[in-house]
Amino acid sequence: MGKPTDLVQGTLDLLILKTVALQAMHGWGIAGRIRQVSKEVLQVNQGALYPALHRLEQSGWIKAEWRESENNRRAKYYSLTPAGRRYLEQEESNWKRLSTAIGLVLEMS
Amino acid sequence: MTRWFYKVHLRFRSLFRTGHVEQELSNELRFHLEKLIEEKVANGMAPEDARYAALREWGGMEQIKEECRDMRRVNYLENCLQDLRYGVRMLANHAGFTVVAVFALAVAICASVTIFAFVDAALVVPLPYPNPGRLVDVTESVAQIPRAALSYQDYLDWKRLNNVFSSFDVYAGSGYLMKTSGGTQPVRAARVSGGFFRTLGITPAMGRDFYSAENAAETGTVVLSHPAWEKWFGGKRDVVGQSVTLSGAPYTVIGVLPAKFQFAPLGRADFWTTLEPLNSCEKRRSCHNLNGVARLKEGFTVQAARSEMMSIATQLEKQYPDSNRGQGASVMTLSEAIVGDIRPILLVLLGGAGLLLSIACINLTSLLLVRSESRTREVAVRRALGASGHRLVRQFAAEGVVLVAAATVMGLLAAGWATRLLIKLIPPEMAPGMPYLDHIGFNPRVLAFAAAISLVTTALFALIPALRLWSSSLRENLVQGGRGSTGMLWRRFGSNLVAVELAIAAVLLVGAGLLGSSLYHLLHVDLGFQPDHLTMLEVAAPSTYAKDPQMIALGRQIVSRIAGLPGVKSAAITTRQLPVSFNGNTDWIRFVGRPYNGEHNEVNERDVSPAYFTTLEARLLRGRFFTDADDESKPQVAIVNQALARKYFPGQDPVGQKIGDTKLSPKSLKEIVGVVDDVREGPLDAEIWPTEYLPFNQTPDTYMGILVRTAQAPESMLPTLQAVLRQIDPDIGMVNETTMAERINDSPTSYLHRSAMWVVSGFAALALLLGVVGLYGVIAYSVGQRTREIGIRMALGAQRRDVMRDVIRQGGFLVAVGLSAGIVVSLALASFLTSLLYGVRPADPAILITVSAILIGVGLLASYIPARRATKVDPMVALRYE
Repeated sequence: MGKPTDLVQGTLDLLILKTVALQAMHGWGIAGRIRQVSKEVLQVNQGALYPALHRLEQSGWIKAEWRESENNRRAKYYSLTPAGRRYLEQEESNWKRLSTAIGLVLEMS
Repeated sequence: MTRWFYKVHLRFRSLFRTGHVEQELSNELRFHLEKLIEEKVANGMAPEDARYAALREWGGMEQIKEECRDMRRVNYLENCLQDLRYGVRMLANHAGFTVVAVFALAVAICASVTIFAFVDAALVVPLPYPNPGRLVDVTESVAQIPRAALSYQDYLDWKRLNNVFSSFDVYAGSGYLMKTSGGTQPVRAARVSGGFFRTLGITPAMGRDFYSAENAAETGTVVLSHPAWEKWFGGKRDVVGQSVTLSGAPYTVIGVLPAKFQFAPLGRADFWTTLEPLNSCEKRRSCHNLNGVARLKEGFTVQAARSEMMSIATQLEKQYPDSNRGQGASVMTLSEAIVGDIRPILLVLLGGAGLLLSIACINLTSLLLVRSESRTREVAVRRALGASGHRLVRQFAAEGVVLVAAATVMGLLAAGWATRLLIKLIPPEMAPGMPYLDHIGFNPRVLAFAAAISLVTTALFALIPALRLWSSSLRENLVQGGRGSTGMLWRRFGSNLVAVELAIAAVLLVGAGLLGSSLYHLLHVDLGFQPDHLTMLEVAAPSTYAKDPQMIALGRQIVSRIAGLPGVKSAAITTRQLPVSFNGNTDWIRFVGRPYNGEHNEVNERDVSPAYFTTLEARLLRGRFFTDADDESKPQVAIVNQALARKYFPGQDPVGQKIGDTKLSPKSLKEIVGVVDDVREGPLDAEIWPTEYLPFNQTPDTYMGILVRTAQAPESMLPTLQAVLRQIDPDIGMVNETTMAERINDSPTSYLHRSAMWVVSGFAALALLLGVVGLYGVIAYSVGQRTREIGIRMALGAQRRDVMRDVIRQGGFLVAVGLSAGIVVSLALASFLTSLLYGVRPADPAILITVSAILIGVGLLASYIPARRATKVDPMVALRYE
């Protein structure tokens, strides 16, 4: 496992939104999925995750719903709202543009 | 769009279903925690260890929760609500002081807002005419009366010769007897020149107004006021063209004025007619019975207009030396003419309300300061736990807000009620002259004023504890029973504020005393006659009595019939004005056998029946009273009053001398047959003018004021009198039935003085109460703080009376400082009051001594009670007290 990287708030929002875009999930699930897909590089701390989830909920990008989880316990599941979907697309394209630009600068010799 | 919907829904939930939301947050985080523990156990840790490890990984559960709560973005609002709830609970714990402070502030707000509403309605709201700042009041002026009346002939010349007015018109109050189905009804009217309404900028609501005087002089037409139209013409649309009989002459209704129309100098005039046909007074240049109103031309100021009119008056003086000698001009803005009299009183009352507000604020401030003292430890602990200064200040501010909000609501409700009450208390004689009070109420300006007061007081009450917190040291306050030096500073400040309260109370008490003394002197001024048991009413004979002999016969008949009634001691008539009204209705006299330079000797003229002086019980000093025999078959006679005798016959006997008009024409010559002691014909606070009395039988009139001296209660005579008059002639109009006592009491001067006195006394009483309560609070608190010290001293042998003396000395010091400051300030401010005072100087020693005695007495009492309690302390208990 590499050292977990500090994630900028905006970036964390992007990751969360992308994760719940595919499937409604609870907080534990979101953190686990991100860790798994990033091959253990990105480990989201609970102290950052839940405030971020609540902020995104308050902003209306994601909505929450209480459901039965895998082991029949109740958990709060988050999913993307239509506005959130549009916001995600926008932020994704911004990110791609930004990282391409950074890559170009880093490649110059 | 839907996103916004979500957001609002969430905010709502956070605010109103906080419990539920909190529970959800807990559940959510706990779920995650349990999953983490499960993972660790699955990886081989023991359950206990797994739990500890998970919790450590989490860091602080509460912090995370708090951060999540922050994200909810309703934090601010939530905290404010929490502060308010807490504030209300804290205030409820000290219900006694809180109630007094809130009550005091509410009364102060009520007083300030009420008086401001009056000031606003009378002084701030512009007159209800287009461009009212350009309207001026124009009249003639003589040495004795700065704002006298205008004569019609002079008006015509003034209008022709001036360059400063774009329009200039005149008006006079009047009365008619309107013929109704039930007989005659006296109605209030006004006679105006043709362009009057156009000068004011008013167009009738229905029909038309008068043609201007440049065109044919219009007669026989009348414009109705809106209330008159509704009352006597049924509010029907077809009123234009209807005919109405006024004082025997037919008039055609040509228009109706708008509902909101008012013109204060004419009160509630219902029937508006033109000056034509001119009456006998208007045909003579020397007779002044009109007032003028004009609109200034662009670019001209009031001063410019005044100098122009004065030079025109001088010109006329040269042209007509006989009639115009000494006649100057007076020009002032119309609003000055209307409200100039009551402005000083209203401003004084506003000042008094301001003082009361200050004292209520100071009271509340010292209350809050003292309470913040007792909570220093609580605050220190909260600070140590991490509360931001901002949060703490908000807590204290919330208490201030609750207090001010409660006081403002109560105060505004009371103000609405008080305003209506005060309006109802205006005597009916004065009310028509104050039409600007019709629309008094909570208009935007008044509400803005109330809001400003609330904001300032709230800011004050939030800042004071905040400053207190700022300057205190954390460590000092945490220590048990600590008393930091900054605490001392603030405590002394808090107690010294009481001295300011007492000073303000002293100022208000002195003011109340001065006004009360003025009122007393006013009501006990020498009248020159006996005012009790006098009934009065005014009578207008119909136009059928056109000739002098008819009027004289009517007068005789009225007097003899009334004097013959049981319960009547005597009756009399005066045709100009009843006593205690105003100095006016004058005549110019010239003395036979003296050199004459054309000067105008202006004296009051009163035409009275023979029994006038005996009915009044005035004193005869020389000569004789009139008898019934003094009629037109005999030579003309006159009686003069003491003032005239002193002024024009110093050291001589006026009896036997002859006076006449300015030309000494033979028909005007009269012989003086008596001198009577001054009868107060004018208002209570004016000086007594020289007066000539002429017999009614030689100078009769259709308007008569009737005076009746009764054996029993004067009010009870009125119905009988009216019945008798109707028997004599059913077309006689009767108005203003009253008694002399009532007239004196309700006269404008006494009403104004009395109102001012009551209001300021109310303020003073409340201020005194607050000052004393404040003083008591401060002394009691101080004694409480010093309980341990007192206990030690008593244990060491101090006597009870030493302790008491000490405490009382502290109270006495505050009273002394407050009293002296208050007296100094009241002497300084008294110059503002001089226009309202009558018969008393601002530095009246009796009043100052009384006020000092009251304050000292009350202050000592307020100190004595805590002092006694201090001495009852058991030293052992005190020593252990912290």
